Amino acid sequence: MLREVGHDGKVLAGGQSLIPVLNMRLAQPAHLVDINGISGLASVEVSDTAVRVGALVRHAALEREASARHTLPLLSQALGNVAHPAIRNRGTTVGSIAHADAAGEMPAVAVLTAAVIEAVSASGTREIAAADFFQGPLETTLAEDELIVAIRFGTFPAGTRTAFLESARRQGDYALAGVAAALTVADGVVGRALASFVSVTDVPDILDLTEAVRGQEPGGIDWSVVDDLVQGHVSPEADIHATADYRRALVGELTRRAFARTAAPEVSA
Amino acid sequence: MTTRQLGAPIRRREDPRLLTGNGRYLDDLGAGALHAAFVRSTSAHARIVDIDITDAWEVEGVEAIYTYEDLEGPMAQPLPVLIPHPALTHARTGYALVNGEVNHVGEPVVMVVARDRYLAEDAAARIRVDYEALPVVVGVEAARSASVLVHDDAPGNVAAHLVQEVGDVEAALAAAPHTLTIPLTIERSACMPMEGKGVLARWDRDEQSMRMWSSTQTSTGVRAAVAARLELPLARIHCIAPDVGGGFGVKIVHPWAEELLVPWAARALGRDVKWTEDRREHFISSAHERAQLQEVTVGFDDDGVVLGLDVKVWHDNGAYTPYGIIVPIITSTQLLGPYKPGAYRCEFWSLYTNTVIVTPYRGAGRPQGVFAMERTMDAIAAHLGKDRADVREANFILPEEMPYDHGLMFQDGRPLKYDSGDFPASLAKLKALVGWDDFTAYRKQAEAAGRKVGLGIGCYVEGTGVGPYEAGHVQVETSGRVNVATGLTTQGQGHETAFAQIVADELGVRIEDVHVTTGDTRRMGYAVGTFASRAAVMSGNAIAFAAKAVREKALRIAADALEANPDDLEIEDGVISVKGAPGTSISLSSVAVLSNPLRYAFDEAAKAATQFAGTFDPDKPPVADGEEPGLEGKGVYSPTQATFANGMHAAIVETDPVTAEITILRYCVIHDCGVMINPLIVEGQVHGGVAQGVGGALYERMAYDESGQLLNASFMDFLMPYASEVPHVETDHLETPSPLNPLGIKGAGEAGCIPVSAVIASAIEDAEGFPILSMPISPSELWELRRQHATKGQS
Ligand SMILES: Cc1cc2nc3c(=O)[nH]c(=O)nc-3n(C[C@H](O)[C@H](O)[C@H](O)COP(=O)(O)OP(=O)(O)OC[C@H]3O[C@@H](n4cnc5c(N)ncnc54)[C@H](O)[C@@H]3O)c2cc1C
Repeated sequence: MLREVGHDGKVLAGGQSLIPVLNMRLAQPAHLVDINGISGLASVEVSDTAVRVGALVRHAALEREASARHTLPLLSQALGNVAHPAIRNRGTTVGSIAHADAAGEMPAVAVLTAAVIEAVSASGTREIAAADFFQGPLETTLAEDELIVAIRFGTFPAGTRTAFLESARRQGDYALAGVAAALTVADGVVGRALASFVSVTDVPDILDLTEAVRGQEPGGIDWSVVDDLVQGHVSPEADIHATADYRRALVGELTRRAFARTAAPEVSA
Repeated sequence: MTTRQLGAPIRRREDPRLLTGNGRYLDDLGAGALHAAFVRSTSAHARIVDIDITDAWEVEGVEAIYTYEDLEGPMAQPLPVLIPHPALTHARTGYALVNGEVNHVGEPVVMVVARDRYLAEDAAARIRVDYEALPVVVGVEAARSASVLVHDDAPGNVAAHLVQEVGDVEAALAAAPHTLTIPLTIERSACMPMEGKGVLARWDRDEQSMRMWSSTQTSTGVRAAVAARLELPLARIHCIAPDVGGGFGVKIVHPWAEELLVPWAARALGRDVKWTEDRREHFISSAHERAQLQEVTVGFDDDGVVLGLDVKVWHDNGAYTPYGIIVPIITSTQLLGPYKPGAYRCEFWSLYTNTVIVTPYRGAGRPQGVFAMERTMDAIAAHLGKDRADVREANFILPEEMPYDHGLMFQDGRPLKYDSGDFPASLAKLKALVGWDDFTAYRKQAEAAGRKVGLGIGCYVEGTGVGPYEAGHVQVETSGRVNVATGLTTQGQGHETAFAQIVADELGVRIEDVHVTTGDTRRMGYAVGTFASRAAVMSGNAIAFAAKAVREKALRIAADALEANPDDLEIEDGVISVKGAPGTSISLSSVAVLSNPLRYAFDEAAKAATQFAGTFDPDKPPVADGEEPGLEGKGVYSPTQATFANGMHAAIVETDPVTAEITILRYCVIHDCGVMINPLIVEGQVHGGVAQGVGGALYERMAYDESGQLLNASFMDFLMPYASEVPHVETDHLETPSPLNPLGIKGAGEAGCIPVSAVIASAIEDAEGFPILSMPISPSELWELRRQHATKGQS
């Protein structure tokens, strides 16, 4: 069906991004392809290497899924920041990534977890790495006749702890800036430190901070050493809510706090 | 004895209906009606060169397309200036549909009527309007500089200029030991009711009559305005305000263009026509408020006592002045709050800009005035190194000075004369509630943990219950049902409950038997409207008078029937009995039967009132001299002046030392609105007001670009606070009755939002150690301010 109407049609999943766009008459596609009736797209499958999220898994369902929480805590850490409960009840995590809003939380998570996007069309199945998927704000490499059936979020190596922090003007709003951080500790010292960002880069990408802290004991690190690296990496823009300088400083501080959190002694949630 | 209803914190009777989706709002009405949509100006200032509607007619289902050319007679005249004032020398208003020149983005240019709203919008999208751009004025600064004019014939962009002075301010300032000059800024916000505006009209061709519904704060006003513009006899038009999902001021303005065009089109087409405003329309074509630049010069002595106060206000009134200059008048008078200012002068300029019109929004000019005064009090305290509460107390009007006449003219054209209030007592309560004297210790503790906290305070006085009048009607049916009507309208305030409480007490009936109707001109043709925290004071007292009249009439009839003296009777739970002899009684419903002598017994109860029932004295006329049939009565309340409520708020705020994020840790309110009809409702009004105040202080602003486009015309970017942003509100009440009305009540509707910007600014200033002179403030702005002050400190 998407092959026939994809050029002038849109997939409708949770509708939490698409319907507002239609309401405001920003897009007027001739066809909506409602995928909500397709069976088999609403499951979460957890393995050692990935959490596979079907196209109809709602944010709220994924956030609550215990095995996913356990295997890849970053998912629920980030999902708590996606909009408000009512929207998370309808909106899908896959739809959020398909929508590719640079202010969305889940694209940043997809990149950091080296997620794989499973796209299906009449001509077959294609797997796209998250790093190749995002082209620009609201722009992806998905073809107009392709449907994402699932996304596999990759798990981190053993010894990895993650944190997600953002600052929004109101709780649940798109963030002024946000960060997903993953710290891998091996033999008591830092082996790897990666971050990706929300709202301050054109497309979500990974900033590798390992060199700044490699080999150090996580508890003793003064994480302000990453501040300059982060501020140099991001390219925030000013809008009516915040200046670019503020956003840059904010994301630096959020990153410092996020890594400090990953390095802090375990606290049970 | 029945428990007294007045003062009882009973739950709102309307809530089960409203909270379970059973309210009937404008858009719930008029199934099958045609729908209107508007082509609105996309340019802030321009001359219309051409309007091409040909393509729009191709959309199937389009019934009519109207431009200014189609309007005739009074419909083609400019919209009215509702509240003329001698100082409003250059009043300007728009037209129902733009006549040649547009003055802000969002003005209605073309009206499309179609089978449904989608089609109407499809057609509207095909209409091309060619504009010849004119230079644009955005913001108070640009308006004041007047290098560009909004209206060619309004020099300096000045709609009005008004000076009020009491005493010799220049001399007082010259003689004062200390003087300070403080520049201040407040930005735009808006009412943003959950339900936007909306109109439905039904023309009866046979009867030549109009019935219309509007989501309005004044159905009598809309009715009169539509009658005038459509040249209809008043008797042939009725206007009903159904359930209204909030107003906060914007819906007191009338007639909105759509309120004229929708009934006009309904008559022209002989079909029901309806228009429901969408959110974007509300942002760009309703009304905003708040924006002002201010300059305060204050002279004071070593104790912080103000000797002279000179305030200049540059008020942004938007493109037109349909509601006159009520807002800046209120700013300039209510600024004084609980204080005696010594000599006082306030001068304001009400200025045109190419942006949405400015009309009262909950608080109506007071938040700005209180901001000016309270920032000044804090500045005095900082200058003298004194406690901020002490400086305020040194300037209070004392209870023994009441009534206190400021010597100024208020918004109702009457003296600004406070009727009652106990400001020292309110302050003492506030200090106790917030822990004023313990804050230094709390701050030390927080600082030790690397946290930044601040304590803020703000006081205000609010003139409520302004005239001219409201009327009430109370009628007892033979079933015992009590119908109460008042003409002003309800937007969710709980009138069904509060007015019923009054009637239950005054009449002596069960509250369950009382049924309140508001805002329906079929039931009450005389009314002013709901604004200025006036409904409880005005209609409450009017209804009380009406209930009293009914009670007296009931007692007269019962006295006849029981062969007793009216003075010996009492009414309780709808039964009239002889005091001390409860056996001798008659129900109010039976009295209602007797009050209406009948020829025909249409039911069992009616038999008692028929001519052969033997219940009447044959020597007297069936309806006694001077009486009317029926058990009903009217009451009118028309006070000589407003009654003044007051309140004091304090907040503890935390600012993040790095990210400058602002969190309200505690918010405390002392509130005095005289006798409370229902403390639960008052509490709710305070909470809602504080929520709106928090919006104005930390979140909301109208982001216009220099070409006059509103960049944030949606709830995505106009940051109305969610429940998660509104702090828990701690309240305590003082009840200083008003001596002006028999119930002793004062208004409570606007109170909560009035001082919030002042309080939050005060708290942030306390946390940061540099002055906060502009509100609202965002984390980004606070962060930039820190940067400025840090570089200033270095240089
Ligand atoms: C008030 C509000 C606040 C919000 N706040 C946030 C926030 O803070 N952070 C955030 O990240 N999001 C936020 N959202 C968006 C929300 O997360 C959406 O759920 C999400 O962006 C899209 O998911 P959806 O299932 O609703 O997709 P839809 O709206 O149905 O679709 C969105 C787009 O993705 C395409 N699409 C959807 N599914 C597929 C698929 N399987 N294959 C191919 N294309 C597909 C659609 O065609 C459409 O173009 C908010 C939404 C609202 C209404």
